[in-house]
Amino acid sequence: MDLDFYLSTMWSVLKALPLTLEIWFFGIAFGLIIATGLTWLRASGYRLGEYFTRAYVFIFRGSPLLVQLYLIYFGLSQFDFVRHSPILWPILRDPMYCTIVAMALNTAAYESEIFRGALRAVPVGQIEAAKAFGMSALTRFRLVTLPIALRLALPAYSTEIILMTKATALASVVTIMEMMGTAQKIQHDTFRPIEVLTCAGVIYLLLNLSIARLFAWVEYRLSPHLRPPPEQSQQIRPVPEVL
Amino acid sequence: MSANVAAAAKAAPSSGETPAISVKDLRKCFGDHEVLKGISLEAHKGDVISILGSSGSGKSTMLRCINLLEIPDSGEVRVDGELIKMKQGRDGRQMPADIRQVERIRANLAMVFQSFNLWSHMTVLENLVAAPTHVLKRPRAECLEQAEALLKRVGIWERRDYYPPHMSGGQQQRAAIARALAMNPKVMLFDEPTSALDPELVGEVLRVMRSLAEEGRTMLVVTHEMSFARDVSSKVMFLHKGEVDSVGEPKEMFARPPTPQFKQFIANFNK
Repeated sequence: MDLDFYLSTMWSVLKALPLTLEIWFFGIAFGLIIATGLTWLRASGYRLGEYFTRAYVFIFRGSPLLVQLYLIYFGLSQFDFVRHSPILWPILRDPMYCTIVAMALNTAAYESEIFRGALRAVPVGQIEAAKAFGMSALTRFRLVTLPIALRLALPAYSTEIILMTKATALASVVTIMEMMGTAQKIQHDTFRPIEVLTCAGVIYLLLNLSIARLFAWVEYRLSPHLRPPPEQSQQIRPVPEVL
Repeated sequence: MSANVAAAAKAAPSSGETPAISVKDLRKCFGDHEVLKGISLEAHKGDVISILGSSGSGKSTMLRCINLLEIPDSGEVRVDGELIKMKQGRDGRQMPADIRQVERIRANLAMVFQSFNLWSHMTVLENLVAAPTHVLKRPRAECLEQAEALLKRVGIWERRDYYPPHMSGGQQQRAAIARALAMNPKVMLFDEPTSALDPELVGEVLRVMRSLAEEGRTMLVVTHEMSFARDVSSKVMFLHKGEVDSVGEPKEMFARPPTPQFKQFIANFNK
């Protein structure tokens, strides 16, 4: 085993980690904003809003992200008005922006479904109690519905974020030299696919492991009421072994 | 017995006084099923009215129409003389004309639910403080102080930092009663407060409710607890198939049931 090669490959791929994280971060950040809008539209009760969100989810959840990315990056630039638009063109000619747009649009479809489900799962009785105590719709949402729904959404949301981490690898097909792009270049230069792809795979694994741990921690912190009560958890706490 | 003293203290109110709650000709349908067929009710300050009836008689729906958790199809509800304004919705059904008014009135009508409905992500103490601080806009420190006192009163002060799912049903319902008291409500609405409890936990909740009755609180209590209706309440109202079958003084009602329906109803309980 060529340890030096592994190390140098690791290092080269790791140097592309910031770019991967940049796509990842902006993708999920804009995705979250769009998803919030979609969820609101869906929950608002407007017929038109519901049709729109249904169609949106149908399209962006039903087709591959790769197809969406290609359509946005290669497809949209076919239209003259896009190339001549002072707003659209600076975004759509840049592969980085295209990737972020595609990821955001795609993840928003999934996330809006996650949020919709979480909102519907909030116990009606607790919302009714908030009403019965004279809380306004906004106070009710802020104090009762949202905190409960967020906790319910968290497990599915963390899965979606992990899927997005892996989806950043698709950026390599539109010339972005993030981790996967970098790995592919090294692979083409050296013809050593096993070593190079293993290195990339390990980094993705570790990245997702930390994201999963982070979400598990947040979930733990936010859900003391779903854990055993104080004295009970002390009873179950294992006696530390003396070594 | 102390309940008798309390009942005696709650002498009939003077006729000139505005009723705390006044309901006139309340009607409500769920689909084709008419649940309330014109119900009227008056509760004066200090009244403890037990609302009895077999399931499906409309007693819970009536209570929920008073604080507009259900929107009545017609009829009027007045709280402290103030009429809850209604208007015709676009679908032809009635709806509240002024949601701010409804919210303000709801804040005066604290409700205790069958399934407690404590906010599960808040500790007991937070449950008691949430509405007073956010609805009544009272200072938090003052609310906390009052909350602790109320928890002591219902006997679960030791559990103030617990989350509702970590407590027994009886403790949760006592917390829910304390949460209602924290609003300093003019009237308390109880919707079958002991029906979801294990039999051995019913007593602790009834004791708290009895003490509230004794201090002269105005209470509307939908219940199946015959002993509470007979011994604690100042008035019993029996609903049958969406109509008021009979109303009266509890001892009298139970000793000499005024209608065959009520006689049948209490006979079923004594089996």
